[in-house]
Amino acid sequence: MKIRDRKLDEKKFRQVGRRELLKLTPVLALGAFAIPSLQESLLKKGLGFSDWASARLFRSGHLAATFDNADLTPFAKFPINGYDVDDPGVIFENWTLTVSGAVQKPGEYTLAQVQALPRFRQNTRHICVEGWDVIGRFGGARLSDFLQLIGADPTARFITVNCADDYYESLDMATALHPQTLLCYEMYERPLTREHGAPLRLQTPTKIGYKQAKYLTNLKVTHVLDKVGYWEDQGYSWFYGL
Amino acid sequence: MSGGVIEIIQAKVKDKDKDKDKDNDGEQEVPVVVGRAVYEHPLVVRLCHWINAVALFVMVGSGLQIFRAFPSFGAKIPQKDLLHWPKAFAIGGWLGGALQWHLTFMWIYTATGVFYLGYQLFSGNYRQVLFTHRDVPGVWPMVKHYFFFGPKPSAREAYNPLQKHAYTSAIILGVLSVLTGCAVWKPVQFSWLAWMMGGFHYARIWHFAVMWAILLFVLGHLVMVILHGWNNFVSMLTGWKKDPEY
Repeated sequence: MKIRDRKLDEKKFRQVGRRELLKLTPVLALGAFAIPSLQESLLKKGLGFSDWASARLFRSGHLAATFDNADLTPFAKFPINGYDVDDPGVIFENWTLTVSGAVQKPGEYTLAQVQALPRFRQNTRHICVEGWDVIGRFGGARLSDFLQLIGADPTARFITVNCADDYYESLDMATALHPQTLLCYEMYERPLTREHGAPLRLQTPTKIGYKQAKYLTNLKVTHVLDKVGYWEDQGYSWFYGL
Repeated sequence: MSGGVIEIIQAKVKDKDKDKDKDNDGEQEVPVVVGRAVYEHPLVVRLCHWINAVALFVMVGSGLQIFRAFPSFGAKIPQKDLLHWPKAFAIGGWLGGALQWHLTFMWIYTATGVFYLGYQLFSGNYRQVLFTHRDVPGVWPMVKHYFFFGPKPSAREAYNPLQKHAYTSAIILGVLSVLTGCAVWKPVQFSWLAWMMGGFHYARIWHFAVMWAILLFVLGHLVMVILHGWNNFVSMLTGWKKDPEY
């Protein structure tokens, strides 16, 4: 509203006020979040947008910070977090990793085959979605090396894993190929303990803790994500890159 | 229209009896000035203010629910809780739900902030709120007035020096809340931010501290809004402040 002369009738002034107040109605759109039937889908969209942005922010060549041995959290103080049991009772002698999906060489892979790949050790920060963080020393084979070993389709977009405790997870291919993403079989230069996911777990310092599945039993390379992840199905973020 | 000043008039009601007494047949109605009004808050500022008020409410509420998942800034083993925030004063119900709220509203909160800052800079309206060296001499008289019953310094503009100081601080805190949040959300991709704050662990502490600083501002802000009465409150809705002190 243009006010040409600098004098306004009281009535007109109230009109101007009402008109200006009405211009604030877009703020009421936020009220959609208070409507129960809309809330869930709106929040899901918001989370989806955050995941989309996270995937764009992810830089394949950018490494997570590494730390001196002096900065390590003592092994005894490295939390054990499982969604069900600390030890699902894997029988090591019979254990193999079942590989399937878009790969040239599907089948059963032994721990020895994984350990025959170049071993990398890294001191990286492990961050839990709850908020706590620790610095651990992890060792294992690069997932990217293993994907090469099994002849994974380079155009595939996802890796999904299943675990001995029925936990399941998935990774985007960019993260799977990241040089710090490990098929981890040792912690603090000792074989992985049962509580920490023996014989094989994912270790990805560019992801939040719950993405780093333990007690792996199956690994699938896929173009379509049919199984997302246990916590994702409860409502957590899928990408959750750090 | 920004910076507008108007006089509010009331058309003089014709009083027949008086007109009879006076011999003024040809005289026109003389408008009586009954008040003044100043356009203090442009639409963008008002929109951003109220969107931000909602977004901040959700960010704090969901943030506190997230904090409840690990209410500590120390080690996980052994865990020493800092405080047990009641669930009734948190948003989201559980960690996953709170994260959905937090990760959704952080975009609204940040976008509103960026839009506001851009508008203030390009419109020049930032001069209204920005605390500069010219405001320094006015701080002490204002403090004396507020806290020690000193005389009220005469107002010459929309905000007094202490107000400017409060709003400028609030804006800086808003920026810091986003930056510390980025370091907590993406400590690897924004490693330089996390590094500046002392790493992820400390970034989380800073993020929490900035929230309390913002809440302190909000508390003071609400007290002042109540003390300054209706016309002042309405100005953040309509833009126009009736009968300003200057």
